[in-house]
Amino acid sequence: MSDTKSACYICKGCGIGERLDAGQLSNIATREGRMQIVKEHDFLCNAEGVKMIRDDIDNENVNKVCIAACSRRAKTEAFNFEGVMMNRTNLREGVIWIRPDDEESRETTQEMAEDYIRMGCADLKYMNLESGSGQQLRNDHILIVGGGVAGMTSAIEAAQAGYKATIIEKSGELGGWAGKLKSRTPSVAPYADPADTEIEAMKAAIDAFADVTVHLNATVAKTSGAPGRFSADIATESGSIVTENFGAIIQATGFNAYDANNLEQFSYGKSADIVDQAGLEALALAAGDGAIKRPSNGAEVKRVVFVQCAGQRSDKDGELSYCSGHCCSTSIKQAMYFKDQNPDIDTQIIYTDLRTPGSAGEDFYRSGQRKGVTFTKGVVSEVTADLKVKLKDLILDEEIEEQADLVVLATGQVPNAGINIDAVVSDEDNAGEEADNKIAGISVLNLDYRQGPDMPQLRDGYADSHFICFPYETRRTGIYATGTVRRPMDIQQAKDDAAGAALKAIQALENAALGRAAHPRSGDLSFPQFRKEGCTQCKRCTVECPFGAINEDEDRYPEFNESRCRRCGTCMGACPVRVISFENYSLNTLGEQIKACDIPDEFEEKPRILVLACENDAYPALDQAGMNKITYNPFVRVIPVRCLGSINSSLVIDAVTSGYDGVMLMGCPKGDNYQCHFVRGSEMAHERMSKIEDTLKGQGLEPERVQPHEVSIADIQRIPQLFNEMGELIGEIGMSPFKF
Amino acid sequence: MTDAIATNETIVVVGGGISGISAAIEAAECGKQVILLEKNPSLGGRVSQLYKYFPKMCHPTCGLEINYRRTKANPNLQVYTMAEVNKIDGTSGDYTLDVTLKPRYVNENCTACGACADAVEGEYDDEFNYGMKKRKGAYLTSTMAYPQRYVIDPAMIGTDDAEKAKAACTVNAVDLDMQEETISIKAGAVIWATGWQPFDANKIQPYAYDRNDNVITNVEFERMLDPFGPTGGKILRKDGSEARNVAFIQCAGSRDRNYLKHCSRICCMATLKHTKLMRECYGADENWKASIYYIDIRAIDRIDDFHQEVKADPNVTFIKSKVASVTRDRDSGNPVLNGVNTEGYHRYANEHDLVVLAVGMEPSVKADQLPANMIGDGSGFIQADAESEAGNGGIFAAGVAGEALDVNRAVQNATGSALRAIQVINRVSSTEA
Repeated sequence: MSDTKSACYICKGCGIGERLDAGQLSNIATREGRMQIVKEHDFLCNAEGVKMIRDDIDNENVNKVCIAACSRRAKTEAFNFEGVMMNRTNLREGVIWIRPDDEESRETTQEMAEDYIRMGCADLKYMNLESGSGQQLRNDHILIVGGGVAGMTSAIEAAQAGYKATIIEKSGELGGWAGKLKSRTPSVAPYADPADTEIEAMKAAIDAFADVTVHLNATVAKTSGAPGRFSADIATESGSIVTENFGAIIQATGFNAYDANNLEQFSYGKSADIVDQAGLEALALAAGDGAIKRPSNGAEVKRVVFVQCAGQRSDKDGELSYCSGHCCSTSIKQAMYFKDQNPDIDTQIIYTDLRTPGSAGEDFYRSGQRKGVTFTKGVVSEVTADLKVKLKDLILDEEIEEQADLVVLATGQVPNAGINIDAVVSDEDNAGEEADNKIAGISVLNLDYRQGPDMPQLRDGYADSHFICFPYETRRTGIYATGTVRRPMDIQQAKDDAAGAALKAIQALENAALGRAAHPRSGDLSFPQFRKEGCTQCKRCTVECPFGAINEDEDRYPEFNESRCRRCGTCMGACPVRVISFENYSLNTLGEQIKACDIPDEFEEKPRILVLACENDAYPALDQAGMNKITYNPFVRVIPVRCLGSINSSLVIDAVTSGYDGVMLMGCPKGDNYQCHFVRGSEMAHERMSKIEDTLKGQGLEPERVQPHEVSIADIQRIPQLFNEMGELIGEIGMSPFKF
Repeated sequence: MTDAIATNETIVVVGGGISGISAAIEAAECGKQVILLEKNPSLGGRVSQLYKYFPKMCHPTCGLEINYRRTKANPNLQVYTMAEVNKIDGTSGDYTLDVTLKPRYVNENCTACGACADAVEGEYDDEFNYGMKKRKGAYLTSTMAYPQRYVIDPAMIGTDDAEKAKAACTVNAVDLDMQEETISIKAGAVIWATGWQPFDANKIQPYAYDRNDNVITNVEFERMLDPFGPTGGKILRKDGSEARNVAFIQCAGSRDRNYLKHCSRICCMATLKHTKLMRECYGADENWKASIYYIDIRAIDRIDDFHQEVKADPNVTFIKSKVASVTRDRDSGNPVLNGVNTEGYHRYANEHDLVVLAVGMEPSVKADQLPANMIGDGSGFIQADAESEAGNGGIFAAGVAGEALDVNRAVQNATGSALRAIQVINRVSSTEA
């Protein structure tokens, strides 16, 4: 640390100067914080204040800057100094705005500010400049697994942006399910008639791109590496293995049709005239421009009944609980196959909720009505082998029976996402070596990742996705799922989705080339490093990384694969021997901040409550508490953290055994509807805290002194209330016996 | 202000809602130069006014925070607020946008300390709360506002309050002489992400929105659930009493030739969410009731679970009916819904405390009113079009400007649009290299 020069700049604007004794803060920065330069300014974020800092950086070689002013979330455009380590000590939202402006509160408010100065200086002292890993490669080649409409679209879109793509398709031709359709639902106004699938045009486009390679009858035998340097073994048609390198991967492995043989109530398989939607497409293609014939006897169809939600939106075992989204429009399109050819054919669609959203959906629905398609709101209970459709007509409120000569079952899409690795992991825990035998399904990616061969799945077997705000974010950096493997969708949506996935793949490979983190810490150049001599090869880090970033090397040491890493620090929190750190975020930067805080002795009755707050949600909520002038306990000391997953139990134990009266961990909601941006960080923190209870008891400490909480960014009132409750609890159970 | 620094390798994104923000950041994080234009004083658009998202019941501000942080950290992305596009000239790879910047009356010195708002007295309708609340003439849209900079209502200019605001500002941020200006911005490609507005419920005469205080819209209901919203998180009637018997009318002005003929896709899910929020709001108190009058419940794909959960809630009733009219009970003054439950054909006249109209989305700027030639569909959405001279050229719709979408699909769509813009830019760069 010989080349460092530290400076602390204390802003007196926005009321800080009036509410706090800035001179005293300067003293603390100098004497306790050991800052080589300490300056006060009336308005630090204006041009003059910023110039003052800039001059010190340029002329005095300052490279560590503590800005003691407003929140790190405010005035970011003013305090933007590249190549400089920075701490933003929050005296505004974090101190003066959350304390009453009265004489009585003055002393504790000042002490709060002083502690934050100590902590800010300590953070800086142990911070190093992020330098990047130096392992960066740029590879502009994207591997696309699956040659259906989503995979083909990804390839075309990527190629149009100037990137190379290779499609691996397990069947003998491109096109997937869309290639087996007579027509598709329309995507262009007036949304009135079935439209060309355009699969042939897409195939031609792919042929025309020199930079798009297609392997048919091929699979991915093995995938290793990381964004920028993925390596895939492609098992080709000829039986040979071709190994190629890729920058990013798109998984577009689509869906399998739900097996209608499971639907005994609908007599599928008992009559050739009961088909699923795919079966109807085959009949329509066979018919060409002519009439669609009954498979059983070749007679022209006169009366066709479509049964919507066949085995879908169902709570029956073996049926699908979800809605596949496209089937209502698909049945309307299929009814039009009949009506457009011969308006006298009777076409009836039996549905519970007709789901044709948007202007395209509604216009198409109306077009179906105009063409004479009959829509019946009802629930079909049975289709007999002689094609009697028994239903409860919900409008007439009675049981009725329709005789059809062709029945189409609108069955759903079942995602083809490969192996459910979470099920495999739990099997491993339970059954040890036998686990392999139990693995259901065939892997799609065959990743050589420590955490399993495919992407984690959500409920119903869909490939993991953040789902709302960041739909492409998966738990495998640089691998993006698109199309019906991610959620049920129609052709138009799959094409849209595939263009987005192509962008994310491009972004991932470009960022990997620069050593920059992917979402959500986009641009972060830091990455985990470990002290090898201290590592006990316990594998906690490889197990707990939410992104499967860490493998084991030949000597069984962790291998961090930094372009797979999202920089959350969960590994750092997991490590029992504390050997993992980031240059700019480590057990030292956190531990020293915790130590730096002044702990008054027991008799002063000034407890200390350490708050480790998620910087993504809890911390912004606290800023907003400040903006709303919601006051809270003056003995709270907040440290923003990347994710609660980065909190090592040892930090918490050290805090409570060094005099803190309480420790609160503020993270995001966990569980199925997790809101943690790093998926499992918050959950890990809760789990770790549940395991230190005995340690606390052994030290004679009440376990309730350590509290993990699930909070959201909107808990602007609740978090201060939790602080106050902790203060009250300490009042009840007494101060920590560890004040020295 | 001088013209923005932009070239024909710049992507201009018009509209700073969730689609525009997503498109802009995704493109910028691919290394492209991006300018994001927003007509309001802060980014976030309609989603910033939502309290919670379906189906995870999480807060939109959580995702916005990440997006704002990505924005702050990215030197490739410039944001202009209070900016409106008058005209787009040129062709793919070579556009010029004529943009008006409205005065904010607050410059970049602003620290968001709030002294100006404390100093002024006059109050104005708060757009963020759909006029259900008042705000000061010097204000921050919300505590999540980005840019975090105050704004002065033009109506306050020339009043004593304006001078008070100026006097209260210790950092010389209030500039009452700021003028509207017009700048021109070069671009290779444009992403049009101007989003939606709620359909004007006044037009649906039978539903009495304009004449019954206890008939509100879904977007207004949403604001009530925010603890910092107009009712402090309580579900209230106009007279301040709690609404415990709430009717939701689906497809209010949607799927209807008289109003909007399209389906907005989100309103069913929004109403289902609202019933869950009622349960949250009333907690252990079981004395509440939600009645959903619907044509079809469109809880599409994996989120049908959410629908099933609400169906299992004993306090929620589903009535298959397009409501004919909303009248007023002569004695209680409460709104009464009249119609026929088509399941079994039962007539009803049901009295409720509060009626929520699930109004749909219409494009904020209809396709035929755009400042450039673009192809629209019959509902005013911009037709999807691969870049073509006959079509939309290098201008790409993103999000609800192109189709009625939920947030997830809007972000997907915007991410795809970002790539289509990048394709144009990469072609321009390779030609010029």
